[in-house]
Amino acid sequence: MKGFESVIGLEIHAQLLTRSKLFCGCGTGFGAEPNTQVCPVCLGLPGALPVLNRRAVELAVLVGEALHAHTNTSSVFARKNYFYPDLPKNYQISQFDRPLCSGGHLYVSDGGKRRRVRVTRVHLEEDAGKSVHLDDAGGRRTLVDFNRCGVPLIEIVTEPELRSPSEAHALLKALKQILEYTGASSGNMEEGGLRCDVNVSLRRVGERALGSKTEIKNLNSFRNVERALEYEIERQAGLLAGGTAVLNETLMWDAGRDRAVSMRSKEEAHDYRYFPEPDLLRLELKGDWIDDVKSRLPELPEARESRFVESLGLPPYDAAVLCGRRALADYFEEVARLTGEPKSASNWIMTEVLRTAKEGATDEFPVTAANLADLLTLVRSGRISGKMAKDVFARMAGTGETADDAVSRMGLRQVTDVREMRTIVDAVLSENPKSVADYARGKKKLFGFLMGRIMEKTAGQASPTLAESVLRERLEGVREGDANT
Amino acid sequence: MSVTRSDVEHAARLCRLEFSPDELETLRGELGRILEYVEKLRELDVTEVEPTLYGLAGSTPLREDVPGEDTLAREDALAGAPDEENGHFKVPGVL
Ligand SMILES: [Zn+2]
Repeated sequence: MKGFESVIGLEIHAQLLTRSKLFCGCGTGFGAEPNTQVCPVCLGLPGALPVLNRRAVELAVLVGEALHAHTNTSSVFARKNYFYPDLPKNYQISQFDRPLCSGGHLYVSDGGKRRRVRVTRVHLEEDAGKSVHLDDAGGRRTLVDFNRCGVPLIEIVTEPELRSPSEAHALLKALKQILEYTGASSGNMEEGGLRCDVNVSLRRVGERALGSKTEIKNLNSFRNVERALEYEIERQAGLLAGGTAVLNETLMWDAGRDRAVSMRSKEEAHDYRYFPEPDLLRLELKGDWIDDVKSRLPELPEARESRFVESLGLPPYDAAVLCGRRALADYFEEVARLTGEPKSASNWIMTEVLRTAKEGATDEFPVTAANLADLLTLVRSGRISGKMAKDVFARMAGTGETADDAVSRMGLRQVTDVREMRTIVDAVLSENPKSVADYARGKKKLFGFLMGRIMEKTAGQASPTLAESVLRERLEGVREGDANT
Repeated sequence: MSVTRSDVEHAARLCRLEFSPDELETLRGELGRILEYVEKLRELDVTEVEPTLYGLAGSTPLREDVPGEDTLAREDALAGAPDEENGHFKVPGVL
């Protein structure tokens, strides 16, 4: 790797959250029985004609605008021709030289550095079916499910200007956030909602021309993207150091064996013979239609994160975690609004809420925003201590009770009355005469021991600050009394 | 512009078509003449002209994002399959 730098570009496919497919009315639900969401259009039966889904165009434009790209008022669909069993028409309807959106950028934070990475284009295309390859007693065969075939995707292409595998990972993370915030896509890699191909080449430090690049396909997790890039950079550096040229080729990532394998290197593999799709006309969008879509853009993660830091006073780390998902940021803002205390809302969400949510492994929050806000208000008013509140929270998460109900069912209240506290403290002191005497003789660390006795006596319901001040008052009284006799 | 025999073979491979040597030779001549004609068209200066992509003007129609009624029952979808297994289209192994 010494003396070389890597140049990485990404091609990301994200499934758009529409109810129906891109060119037909078949459903898009994940996990349906095979071949139950298919029709003449998406099966490529003769005579069937595609009709474009308006919502898919809106969502794609929304993503384009979120990436600061230019939405073209005229774009063209094209046929990408190749043969594979999961593609019944033998061509995929995509976009080629006139994509929906061109240019754009997003910001990527990696290792404390924030960099602007340019986006080449955003275009619409249809997904292919899913094939399973079998070779067992039933023979060597391929089984195809066309439920995914025709599902709307956006393809987002970045300029080759990422410098490291970790920066590529950071870009995917930022992009996933944008997709989730705009509601255009779930960005869920496991269910095929987000897929990534990478291209990578090495060049000698200081050189401008790019070296030969390889493309790696089949990357279905952020971890795989990073791992595959590390692997490939290492491999290319080895070749170049030994004086061997890198071949322009397409590799397939084999996550099981943790390596990239060359796909059949047929020269025609890349000869897609694009031409304008004759079954669809040009897609023309009016300026005010585009403006209308743009006006529906939500506050994006970056802007929200800096608002949390600047206006709400959160530490940058907390703001980044809370803005990681739109639902989480919304939840936080609701609790902060109801309590008027963004910092304590953030502290609670960063610890109790996220920990409990993780254990439950669901997207649902263990306690509603309104109930959490009520709990924080009880703490603030002094009715319960922060320590008790954690137990109350755990109960609320388990039972779904409101804060008030949980507190009364648990028989909790905090001793905040000075006179009541004096009675308790006096009782503790008379039960521990030796400790009191030793404290008076200078064994100051017995203060902690006596505090512990008070907490024990009140089953943790004493307000710690009040207990401490009353104990101090009583102990000093004892010392004064001793001095007087 | 002349078309070589390997150009025709390449195009045939891309289209998954098989030709006899005689057919390849005929196609070589025919494709060559088509390209010659395109060469002639290229003599015109069209730098200022938007390419015509469609015979019709206007924007492609859009449909609302509503699941429709054209989705087929699985038996019907598979009726045209060369073979089936477990609700899937079954084809010769490609891997
Ligand atoms: Zn369909």
